[in-house]
Amino acid sequence: MKYLADIVTLEYNAELCTGCRRCVEVCPHQVFVIENKRAAITDRDRCMECGACALNCEAGAIMVDAGVGCATAIINSIIGGGEPSCGCDSGSGSCC
Amino acid sequence: MIQDSNQICCDVDGALPLTETSPGREPPQIAGQVGFEISRRERWEHFRCRLGSFRDRYSVAPGLYAFGNPGPQGDVLVSASYKLSFDTLRKELEGLDCWILVLDTRGINVWCAAGKGTFGTAELVRRIGATRLGEVVFHRRLLLPQLAAPGVNAAEVRRQTEFKISFGPVRAADIPAYMKAGYRKTPAMSTVSFGLRDRLVLTPMELNPALKKFPWFAAMAILLFGLQRRGIMFTDIWNGGGMAFLILGLTAVASGAFLTPVLLPFLPCRSFAVKGWIAGLAVVFLTSLIPIVSAAMNSRLLLFAAYLLFPVISSYLALQFTGSTTFTGMSGVRKELKITLPVYAAAAAVSLFLLIMFKLTEWGKG
Repeated sequence: MKYLADIVTLEYNAELCTGCRRCVEVCPHQVFVIENKRAAITDRDRCMECGACALNCEAGAIMVDAGVGCATAIINSIIGGGEPSCGCDSGSGSCC
Repeated sequence: MIQDSNQICCDVDGALPLTETSPGREPPQIAGQVGFEISRRERWEHFRCRLGSFRDRYSVAPGLYAFGNPGPQGDVLVSASYKLSFDTLRKELEGLDCWILVLDTRGINVWCAAGKGTFGTAELVRRIGATRLGEVVFHRRLLLPQLAAPGVNAAEVRRQTEFKISFGPVRAADIPAYMKAGYRKTPAMSTVSFGLRDRLVLTPMELNPALKKFPWFAAMAILLFGLQRRGIMFTDIWNGGGMAFLILGLTAVASGAFLTPVLLPFLPCRSFAVKGWIAGLAVVFLTSLIPIVSAAMNSRLLLFAAYLLFPVISSYLALQFTGSTTFTGMSGVRKELKITLPVYAAAAAVSLFLLIMFKLTEWGKG
């Protein structure tokens, strides 16, 4: 299953890649593969913007506007301001 | 067993500098000894976690646990303080001897906690210091669940603690095979799936909050349909379309919070709002074939209002499921909301207007 096309904020600069494979190791949707000792993006639409690759890329070759893809969290952030975050701590019991 | 592991720690002279959170010079404390067995009571508790707010209180104390009889060379597996996560891990480890380092994620599962940063670099570094892990094990390796990666910067942890992180399989069930393969993952081990069973267990948590709001809808429908010039007539609620609206309301909830999640891959379009709307439309159509519903929906105004309102309710509830899926990103959900929220508001307003028109014509007849 894939979500909306051409919407993810994933950016990758192959020139900075050191081929450490971390992105392949952490991506839950196999967005990255190693080709000629460097990472390459296979299918951007598979990305769910979890941010694992960008956080763990020591070379700083990956950028993504990471956050929760959760309607409740985003509606709450529209109403209350701030970054979308699910209300898991508040004991609402209605979240991931 | 606990004594054994303590013995091991006591033999080791604290070689690493202690962090400020460490309690002193006593031997490192092991939080407990655990095995792979899941008791019948725990099974019942796991079931309750799927249903509601019991999950909010189901946690395990953070700290270092001995699984089996791990020595100073034993692997260190890192987990969350949500007991369902912890149990899911340990039940797969039969026959292994290892350490389980439980982080304080405030009782939240690995993936959600990583997204929030509570299963994060800072907490991992703090917990390694607090448990004095470096004195318990000789090696400097940590095995983290892959889904912790959105919160944990492996390079930073290594800089601060010397521990080198491997992100293991997504599912705990793959850990033994992963270890046997020399700590190598197959692509399947690192991919998050979202099969029928995965979706099905999540539906109670969609239905529950929706049904909690249902009484508000029911109260409004009863008030509107019962309202007569003579006052509120409860006999008129049932034949005047009130009953039909309550039934349609329930089926719209079922459509958005249950049918759409379950049928997700089979519903057309990638947009959750559209998937939910289509499911809602089909459900409204099928529900209106029920004799008591079709008999009550004898007015064109009522029919329009129903077709406008209920698929939209289903669509809204379907959008909420984006919070539970494993593949929807923030940008996509933002885009959906930007378009749909005004549409939802407009649809609700117009259907209310149609209902008021319906009431006025009814009163005109009376």
